[in-house]
Amino acid sequence: MTNLKFIFGRLAGAIPTLLVLICFAFFLVKSAPGGPFDFERSLPEEVEKNLREAYNLDDPLYLQLTKYVGSILTGDFGPSFQYRDYTVTELIMSGFPVSLRLGVAAIFLALILGGTIGTIAALNQNSRLDYSVMFFGMVGISIPNFVMAPLLVLIFSIALNILPAGGYANGAPLHMILPVVALALPQAAYIARLTRGSMIEVLNSNFVRTTRAQGLPLNTIIFKHVLKPTFLPVISYLGPATAAIITGSVVVEQIFGLPGLGRYFVQGALNRDYTLVMGVVIFYGLLIIGFNLIVDTVYGFIDPRIKHNR
Amino acid sequence: MRNGFSLFFVAILLAACGQDEESSCLVDDGWVVGGESGSELAIDQIFRRNNGAEPGTLDPHRAEGVTASNVLRDIFEGLVAETANGEYTPGVAESWVISDDGKVYTFQIRSDARWSNGDPVTADDFVFSLRRSVDPKTLSNYSSMLYPIKNARDVVRGEMSSEELGVTALAPDVLQIKLEESTPYFIGMLSHSITYPVHRPSVELYGNQFTRPENLVSNGAFVLAEWKVQDYILVSRNKNYWNDASTTLEQVFFYPLDNANSTLTRYRANELDFTDTVPSEQLPWIKDCLADELHVAPYFGSYYYGFNMEKEPFGGNKPLRHALAMAIDRTVITELVLGAGQIPAYTFIPPVKDYAGIPPEWATWTQEDRNKKARELYREAGYDEANPLAIEVVYNTSENHKRVALAIASMWKQTLGVETALRNQEWKVFLETRRLKEDTEIFRGGWIGDYDDPYTFSELLHSENEMNHSGFANEDYDALLKSASEKSAGAERLKDLQDAESLMLETMPVIPLYFYVSQHLIKPWIVGLEGNALDHHQSKYIKILKRERLPSD
Repeated sequence: MTNLKFIFGRLAGAIPTLLVLICFAFFLVKSAPGGPFDFERSLPEEVEKNLREAYNLDDPLYLQLTKYVGSILTGDFGPSFQYRDYTVTELIMSGFPVSLRLGVAAIFLALILGGTIGTIAALNQNSRLDYSVMFFGMVGISIPNFVMAPLLVLIFSIALNILPAGGYANGAPLHMILPVVALALPQAAYIARLTRGSMIEVLNSNFVRTTRAQGLPLNTIIFKHVLKPTFLPVISYLGPATAAIITGSVVVEQIFGLPGLGRYFVQGALNRDYTLVMGVVIFYGLLIIGFNLIVDTVYGFIDPRIKHNR
Repeated sequence: MRNGFSLFFVAILLAACGQDEESSCLVDDGWVVGGESGSELAIDQIFRRNNGAEPGTLDPHRAEGVTASNVLRDIFEGLVAETANGEYTPGVAESWVISDDGKVYTFQIRSDARWSNGDPVTADDFVFSLRRSVDPKTLSNYSSMLYPIKNARDVVRGEMSSEELGVTALAPDVLQIKLEESTPYFIGMLSHSITYPVHRPSVELYGNQFTRPENLVSNGAFVLAEWKVQDYILVSRNKNYWNDASTTLEQVFFYPLDNANSTLTRYRANELDFTDTVPSEQLPWIKDCLADELHVAPYFGSYYYGFNMEKEPFGGNKPLRHALAMAIDRTVITELVLGAGQIPAYTFIPPVKDYAGIPPEWATWTQEDRNKKARELYREAGYDEANPLAIEVVYNTSENHKRVALAIASMWKQTLGVETALRNQEWKVFLETRRLKEDTEIFRGGWIGDYDDPYTFSELLHSENEMNHSGFANEDYDALLKSASEKSAGAERLKDLQDAESLMLETMPVIPLYFYVSQHLIKPWIVGLEGNALDHHQSKYIKILKRERLPSD
C-alpha cells in the first residue's frame, strides 16, 4: 500500500514539474531571435500577417501560453510550423517508435555489455583482464558518440562494407546495429565501471565473507547474494542513463539519418518550429519523469531496506 | 602489463594505416558498367539521391526551398518543362502564342495530358491553381513571384478577390494569361512549382492533407508513393503521364540528409547514387579519390558582401566602399579558400543567356594596382594607419562562410589596416539581423536565381524590394528596371538591365565576390544527369546502367 501511495504522490508531484517545464520551454523558445517565417526570400506582408494569424502569434504571450496548455490537455500539440501538412502529434507519433526502438535496444545493450564486463573485471580484480577491460571502458566513456558513430561507419560500412551506413529502412535490424552500438558504448562503459566498483565493495562486505566462511560454492555466492546488491547503483543510474540516451539519440539520429524524435527536435529548433520543439520537450519531459518513477519503484522492490514512506 | 595494451592499441592503429596504404582512398571503384555494349540498362531502375533538409510541404503552392522543388519537379508538371540541360520545352502546354505587346499569352493544353488518376488536365485546372497560388489564404511563400500576372499583386495583398486574376480558360484546352507588363522571362517562370496545377477535387476533398501519398493526385512523370517524414520520400513512375514512354526509372528515393559528411559516407557505401552536397573540407580528398565522379558546373548564383547603406560608416562614403571592394583578391578566395572551381566575380549578376554585366575598369588591373588604388581611396574616405576603420562582418554560421570572411578580413588588414570583427549567427537569427538593418555594417549575402533571367538579381536591389538588405535606394536604378520591364525581350531590355547594374556597381552597395558552381557526386552507372545553370534535375531523364563487380584478383 505504501508503494501505491508513493506512486500517486510522485504522480501528483509531476504535474507542477511539467507545468514549470512547459512555461520555461515556451518562453525560451519564443525568446530565440529570428522567427519561423524568416526565409531567404522574405514574405509579402499580407502573407506574413495571415500566417501569424493562423498560428495565433499576434496574441499576447500569456494568452498564447494558456491557449497552448489548454490544447495540450486535450492531447493536441497544434500544427507544425515547418511541416505544414502535419500536426505535431502526428510527427511525435511517427518519430517516437523509432527513438524508442533505438533507445531501448541501446539501454539493453549497455546493461548487458556493461554488466558483464564490470562483473568480469571485479571478479578478476587487478589482473591483466581487469586492466584491459577497464582501459577500453575509459576509452568508451571518453569518445563522444559524434566521433564514435562516423568511426564505426568508416570501419563497418566503407572499409568492410558489411553494415549500412545509415537510413532506417522501416527498422530493419541490420540498419539498427551501428546506431545502437554508437549510442550504447559510452553508457556500457560507464555501467561497467559502476558494476565493477559496486561489486568489489559487495565482495568485501561482511555478509559475503560470512557466506564464504559457510563454504557455499562461489557461483551460488555470486548469483544468489552478490549480484542483487551489486546492481542497485546500476539501477539507480538507469534514470540518468535514459536521459543520456535521449540526448545522445539526438546526435546519433542526425548522423545515421534516422527518422526519430531527436531529429525533429534539432530540425524544429533550427526552423523555429515553436510547436514541434515544445511538443518534443514536453514529450521527453513526460518520458523522463515516468522513467524515474519506474526506476524508483523497482528500486523499492529490489532493496527492501528502502521504504517509500515519509 | 600495461605495455601489453599499448602494444595492442598500436597494433590496431598500424593495421588501420596498413590498410590505408593498400588502397589509400578506400573507395569502391571495382565496377564495370553498361555491360558489353556500354549502355545496357540495369534491371532495377531505382534511383537513390540525397535531398538536403526535409521539405516542409509537398503542396506546390506553399512549398519553400530547393529540396521541395526537387521532389515537386518529378511529381508535377507546369505549362512549361525543362530539358536535362535546362532549356525550356513544352510541358502540359504543347504550344503557345504571345501577343505583339508581349502581355497576353495563350496556351494550347495538350490533349493527352492526364492526372495520375486518369482525369484530363484542363485549362480550368490552371485557372483554379493560379488563383489558389496568389490567394493570401493559401499562405504561399512564393506568391510574390507571380506579380507579373495581371492583378496578382492586389490579390496577394488582399485588395482584390482571386477571381480577378488575369487568368482565363477560353476553352477546356485553351488558357489565357494576361500580364501587367511584358515579362520576357515569364515562360521560364511557368516551370516553377508556384505555377503547377493541382487537382481540384482532391484539394477540395482533403484540404491541406491532399499532399499525403494516399491522397495526392499529380500530373508529373512520377507519383508520390510514400512519404516517411525524416526517413525518405519515394516516388514511382506515373503510368498516366502523357510521355510515360520516355521514362526509364521506376522509382526514386529522396533521402532527407542534412549533414554533408553523413551524406558522403552513404554515397561511399553505395547507398546513394547521387548527391548534390559535398563537404568542403573533404574536397581535396574527393578530388584525389573520386575525381571521375565529381561533376562541377556553373550555377546561377552570386556570393557577395553587402554594406548597410543606411548607417555610418558606409552610408554616403563611396570611396570607402570602393576601397574595400578593390582590396579583396578574389582569386585567392576562389582558388585557395574554396577551390571547387568557383568564378571570381566583379559584377553582381552571373552571366546568363545573352546577358553579361560590364565589370568595372579595375577588374582588369593586377591586384597590386587595385591595392594601391584602394589605399588612395581609403585615405580619401578619411581613414589611415593612425585612424583605422573598425567594422564588423556578420554571416550565417558555416565553415565556408567563416573561411571566406577570415580571408577577406586579413586582406583588408594587410592592404588597408582595417580592423574587422567577425560575427557568425545561426541562420534564422542572421536572417532577422540582416532584415532589420539595425546593427549590421557588412553582411554576407548569396542569391540563386529563381528563373534564368538577369532580372531575378536586378530586382533584389530595387528600393522597394523586401530583400534589399543593403538599403540601396537609387531613383535612376529603379527607373531603369521599370523601363526594362516595359520592354519585350531583346537587346534593348538587356541594355537597360546592364546599365542598371553598372550604375549599381558604380555606387557599390554590395561587393560581388564569386559566382557559384554546383558540385555533384554521381555514380558511374548513372546517365542523364547534366549540369545546368539553375541546377534543376528531373528523374525522368535519368537511366541506370547495368553494373557488375570487376573480378577481384
